[in-house]
Amino acid sequence: MAGYMPAWAQPVSGGILKPLPTVVGPDINLTIAHMMMTIDGREQHAIGLNGTVPGPLVRLRQGQNVRLSVTNGLKDEDTSIHWHGLLVPFQYDGVPGVSFPGIGAGKTFVYEFPVIQSGTYWYHSHSGLQEQLGHYGPIVVDPEGPDPIQSDREHVIVLSDHSPMHPHAIMRKLKQQSGYFNYQRQTLAGLLAGADQPFKERWDWGKMRMDPADSSDVTGSTYTYLVNGYGPFDNWTALFTPGERVRLRFVNASAMTHFDVRIPGLRMTVVQADGQNVRPVPVDEFQIGVAETYDVIVEPAQPEAFTLVAESVDRSGMARATLAPRAGMSAPVPPLRARPLATMRDMGMGNMGDQTTGSMDGMEGSSGRPVDPTVEKNRSAKLAKLTGWSGSAASASSAASQQPMSGMAGMNHAAMGHSSASTASGMTGMAGMAGMQSVDPGSAMAGMDHGDMAGMDMGAMNMRDFSKAPQVKRGPGVQTISPMPEYRMDEPGQGMERVGHKVLVYTDLVATERNPDTRPPDREMEIHLTGNMERYMWGFDGEKLSEIKDPIPFTKGERVRIKLVNDTMMSHPIHLHGHFFELVTGHGDFAPRKHTVMVQPGGIAMFDLTADAPGDWAFHCHLLYHMHAGMMQVVTVRPLDAPRTLPGPGGAG
Amino acid sequence: MRAVFLALPLLGLGVPATAQSMDHSNMPGMQMPGMKMGSKPAAKPKAKPKTSVSSASRKRSAPRRARAAPPRSPQASKPVAGASPAADPHAGHNMADMPGMNMESSSTQAAPDQPAQGHDMSAMPGMEMGQQPAADPHAGHDMSAMPGMSPSGGQAAQPMPGHDMSAMQGMENGQMQGMDHSQMPGMDHGGMAGMKMGPSGTVKPVTGSTTAPPPPSDHAADLIWDPEAMRGARADLRTETGGQSFYMVLFNLAEYQAKKGRDGYRWDGEAWYGGDINRLTLKTEGEGAFREGLESAEIQAVYSRSIGPYWFVQGGLRYDIKPNPSRTYATIGIEGLAPNNFDVEGALFLSDRGDVLGRIEGYYDQRVTQRLILQPRAEFNLSAQDVRAEGYGSGLVDAELGLRLRYEVRREFAPYIGISWERQFGDTRRFSRLRNQETGGFSFVAGVRTWF
Repeated sequence: MAGYMPAWAQPVSGGILKPLPTVVGPDINLTIAHMMMTIDGREQHAIGLNGTVPGPLVRLRQGQNVRLSVTNGLKDEDTSIHWHGLLVPFQYDGVPGVSFPGIGAGKTFVYEFPVIQSGTYWYHSHSGLQEQLGHYGPIVVDPEGPDPIQSDREHVIVLSDHSPMHPHAIMRKLKQQSGYFNYQRQTLAGLLAGADQPFKERWDWGKMRMDPADSSDVTGSTYTYLVNGYGPFDNWTALFTPGERVRLRFVNASAMTHFDVRIPGLRMTVVQADGQNVRPVPVDEFQIGVAETYDVIVEPAQPEAFTLVAESVDRSGMARATLAPRAGMSAPVPPLRARPLATMRDMGMGNMGDQTTGSMDGMEGSSGRPVDPTVEKNRSAKLAKLTGWSGSAASASSAASQQPMSGMAGMNHAAMGHSSASTASGMTGMAGMAGMQSVDPGSAMAGMDHGDMAGMDMGAMNMRDFSKAPQVKRGPGVQTISPMPEYRMDEPGQGMERVGHKVLVYTDLVATERNPDTRPPDREMEIHLTGNMERYMWGFDGEKLSEIKDPIPFTKGERVRIKLVNDTMMSHPIHLHGHFFELVTGHGDFAPRKHTVMVQPGGIAMFDLTADAPGDWAFHCHLLYHMHAGMMQVVTVRPLDAPRTLPGPGGAG
Repeated sequence: MRAVFLALPLLGLGVPATAQSMDHSNMPGMQMPGMKMGSKPAAKPKAKPKTSVSSASRKRSAPRRARAAPPRSPQASKPVAGASPAADPHAGHNMADMPGMNMESSSTQAAPDQPAQGHDMSAMPGMEMGQQPAADPHAGHDMSAMPGMSPSGGQAAQPMPGHDMSAMQGMENGQMQGMDHSQMPGMDHGGMAGMKMGPSGTVKPVTGSTTAPPPPSDHAADLIWDPEAMRGARADLRTETGGQSFYMVLFNLAEYQAKKGRDGYRWDGEAWYGGDINRLTLKTEGEGAFREGLESAEIQAVYSRSIGPYWFVQGGLRYDIKPNPSRTYATIGIEGLAPNNFDVEGALFLSDRGDVLGRIEGYYDQRVTQRLILQPRAEFNLSAQDVRAEGYGSGLVDAELGLRLRYEVRREFAPYIGISWERQFGDTRRFSRLRNQETGGFSFVAGVRTWF
């Protein structure tokens, strides 16, 4: 239908071919200022760099020195730029209050450092909540030699979220009513319709005062999800010539949104993660946490258009772009899938609590039952209809499963390899679990008769047992402590357990080069990610940065295994500044190296860190409002190098 | 009804327009007439919150390994578990040697006592535990029985986590005692995923025994930049990373009440300002009839202190503007979210004449749809003695039950309709009758729930 209308009347843009402006050279100037940007035809306030959101692509070459002169054009507030993933001397890391004092209004600060690495990175403000307003941009560093990842063409794809609400207002709403933005909660209408959790489970979750539908704090109810600054109706378009190897450099520059990214009809081969090359992994979809980057190769053979979809993890909206051989083409946009519901595993209770059945019908939520009929999604949900998506239009295996009704019924669970599916059958009747409130770990499960499991009393489990996390400060900031957190780095992320096609997992990632430091760790350190959704408090080990006295100390050169235990039911992208760390995913000396790691709900993530960068560094959850609520710490690596090795020409005094 | 709808947003304080002819000095607006803020709260909440000074949380003793293991060559990427079962987490496939599983090396539980006791692992289908010592990380696994468990992972690697016996650590060891796996006929491997504790493949164990260095007292950036500027930036960062103050003003009730022969109005609101732990809270509630004017109106100013993730204890003052003569009370109470998400408040009041009153109220928000919300609500007032001047009898003074259905046009603005039932009890009821006053009844209500 839409196709017959004149272009001006079409509800969806034919496509905007506008690659990001690029800045190069040893001297780069960036000016930060308020601006207006147009998203899906609506003007919105933003903070941009050199007049654009995202800021210009900073393109560097490994081995060069760069001087970045950053001018603060904001009227009355400080600003800063953090070069996310670039290894720079600590004083140029760009975190006000940790690495430098910040850039005052009207001032220019000069960052100067050698570029010692290559890959896809990004930059953003580390001041207040400016990042939410558009203060971010991509960085690409080309390798000194030939790039081992060969491609004929590349596109940088910056995913982000933008709201007409001022970020301070968003923060205030979250503090006043943490469920403010969630219009996909469970309701009585849903219960009566047989949707989502059955009554017993709702009761159990209610007893814990937890909302299983809370997978994103800030949602499509206020956000428009952007690709390179354009909304899903703008339809930013990337060109290719059929037969080319096209490299897509994804950056998730969102404040609060993890995205599930796929291109129906095209297989993607992941070749780089967080700027570090990995052995190629073919996938149909991947989840990109806030602040992560992934480079993928696609090889569209036919002269047809493909839709690039990045659904927010809670399925309240999507970012959308098009890959096409020429301008003006577009492809049908798949509908938003069912939003996930947290399970007992997400509460760190292991698999014991999942009473859900393992239906594979894509129409159903992660609970295996239909989703509440009253859920609300943002405007992007209309795109499927507007673009004429139909199940039969799916041209590839990956697309088939996106079509809700196309039935995964006949799917072979074994082949699919779904733990969740089998889980359910295994646990169907864990009944007499009521004894689990016992605090004594020795006897908790003693005498359990698995023979007649028939409905377990989850509420009876102690969800706030501090003996399981002795270093966690007991206080209002800790709503729950995962009683049985499990290693989840081999899982694809919330909501992706049963999408029916290959989804990237961390354990897929294998470094192409041997890790620079292959020593075993000297010691292990456990850090708990804690929170209280009810009061919107977030912290590490039960403490907010505002309460913390000392930094986390490391001795220069030591190698430490960091074990992150998620005591909350949300995924947290944890970012350590100034370092790459090796994920502990069983790949020995070829562990994938990252700067940001997603720790899944109720899960454990582990990495080995060589503390080789002297200085003070920020360490935080990269969900902006979590950080703002306190989920940040300072890491220090000592001893420092001889002082004043690199006095800052631009900022001292 | 229309008048109320138009009027309620006025002032945002829920003062019905129809009340405008009344003496505003008596209105419990935010001006708080008669509020003696300066006077010291008589009853500071003595309930000392249990913010137990946790053992200096960052003093982690580093060597957490359950037991020492020989240092390994850095290049030894392939563990030879047979040589040192303890050193490699995957050596734990040999179930006979559970400690070798690097049991939760950071677990603070003292060495698990016979963690594997009572496991009949052989009964686990597909597990093929094999009796051979784990010479290889995958030894003991019948890999063929695990569809798709390829080292490279793939989607298929994920489903089988349960096969990784190191995963058993998640069970907190001891918890498994006495568990008879052979009685788990339906237990499929997926079910074991709940005990997944570590990756499969090659993982170097933690071999050193160093401890964390003491935290430095200086700041690296001070060596480079102006220390004075850094001090300010640090203070700002700490404040805005968890130390901010916020506010909320909520009128849960602001309504017109249609009763038999006598229409009136009612409000119940609360405002707070502060951080996560300490807050100043103001509360107000009251009601009146259109012909007779304001019947009761009170305002409270209390200090709220968090005592856990869901609760605040509160202490401060309550001032009753009506009925006349005005009364001042010291108050102590509790407010928070009870299991199953009931909003609950309870308070005791000690009047300047020595009378003791009490109040319990609560409500529950039942989402019918995402925006249509049904709120059952109850309020009970209690008195420890007869207070004839005010017409209170000892015991249960009155009760109010309400059921209100609101539609959240926005979260902050939700018109509602509902019913409310009030009744006085005991001596209170008797006193009212003697004065020819009403003792309760049904009313239909319509109002707007607002907050900002």
